[in-house]
Amino acid sequence: MTPALILDLLLCVLIGAVALSAVLARDLLAGIVLFIVYGLLAAVAWVRLDAIDVALAEAAIGAGLTGILLVGAAARLRRRGEGKNVEPTRGMRRAFGRAGQLALCAGGTAALIALALTLPRDGAGLRPLAEQNLAASGISNPVTAVLLNFRGYDTLLEVVVLLAAVIGVWSLTPDRFWGGVPGLRQHARPDGVLAYFGRLLPAVGFLVAVHLLWAGADAPGGAFQAGTVLAAVWLLAAMAGLTDAPAVSSRRLRLLLVLGPAFFLLVGSMGAFAGVFLGYPPSVSTASILAIEVLLAISIAAMLSLLVLGVPRRLP
Amino acid sequence: MVSIMDIATLAFASAGVAFFVAGTLGLLRFPDVHSRLHALTKADNLGLGLIVIGLMLQAGSLWLALKLGLVWLLAILAAATVSQLIARAALTGRPHTLSRSDP
Repeated sequence: MTPALILDLLLCVLIGAVALSAVLARDLLAGIVLFIVYGLLAAVAWVRLDAIDVALAEAAIGAGLTGILLVGAAARLRRRGEGKNVEPTRGMRRAFGRAGQLALCAGGTAALIALALTLPRDGAGLRPLAEQNLAASGISNPVTAVLLNFRGYDTLLEVVVLLAAVIGVWSLTPDRFWGGVPGLRQHARPDGVLAYFGRLLPAVGFLVAVHLLWAGADAPGGAFQAGTVLAAVWLLAAMAGLTDAPAVSSRRLRLLLVLGPAFFLLVGSMGAFAGVFLGYPPSVSTASILAIEVLLAISIAAMLSLLVLGVPRRLP
Repeated sequence: MVSIMDIATLAFASAGVAFFVAGTLGLLRFPDVHSRLHALTKADNLGLGLIVIGLMLQAGSLWLALKLGLVWLLAILAAATVSQLIARAALTGRPHTLSRSDP
């Protein structure tokens, strides 16, 4: 048994144990914290599988963003006095509910295992095809080439789904705050540690985001990861009271939100006139992909920040 | 063949792990928020630092070693800020809506 194998086995056991305790946790907040730990461990597992792109996305979005959205939801429930309502109903109904959940989970797991067993053993999949055409994509990171060129419509639809989610959150706004400022007013001490941290980290975070975006062309990274880092440092600055969210009726904010998807669609439509929707002419494919990635990262950062801030709760 | 570098790495990393174990033990066993934080910051700052020093010796290039050092620096900054905030929230006795675990 090599040390690497021992590490992998330990990781598998840990992921299973943390997942189980997240499901079984009685306290809502404890369950969410365990879910975040689960996401971070899953990111380590992706690193062990040499899938750095997926690991970055899992750590940033799976653990970080989803975690903070869940914490926000739990806080809202608790404020309304509904958070403790996780105690399930008693008696027969409870037993049937439990049995149903168990059957559903066991069935799902069995189906996944059966599916995994039917996969071809060599597991190359479409990889040779992607690598053959890498030169034509204008980008040397195969993951970015797949995401923005070979299967660009997947990424386009993902971003549109995020935009729809933001609109969905906004539609829950109470009438009197419609068009107002999302999130609560922050009361950080102007000379406190958070204010200092909020000034220091955005500079580092901005550099990291630009690096992730630029490196995405030939190494792991890309618009989603860069957008998440940008959103995180902006939220930190907002939490430190250094800046405030704009009103959702702000034209500039709305422009920022649609900038990435709109440009993506525009370039894709020009490709449609030339023959293929979302197909870039080879001479400008590198430039097109880079421009789309930069604008997408900005829009994604705005969308994720607004998702975390939630519904408008004050007037501008 | 074990070089002096490898021995140094082992020594630093083991010392780091010892700090992490002690910090975790403190987190689990200490009675209140402040003493738990006190235990945890030792693990975060010194434990991680010792492990990073151990890894720097294996980095092979100065650039990679500097990046590892940067990771440590960022972790220290974040840990210092967050522990200040937690400590202050526990001190004012007006816990954030979320940190209230009693019914």
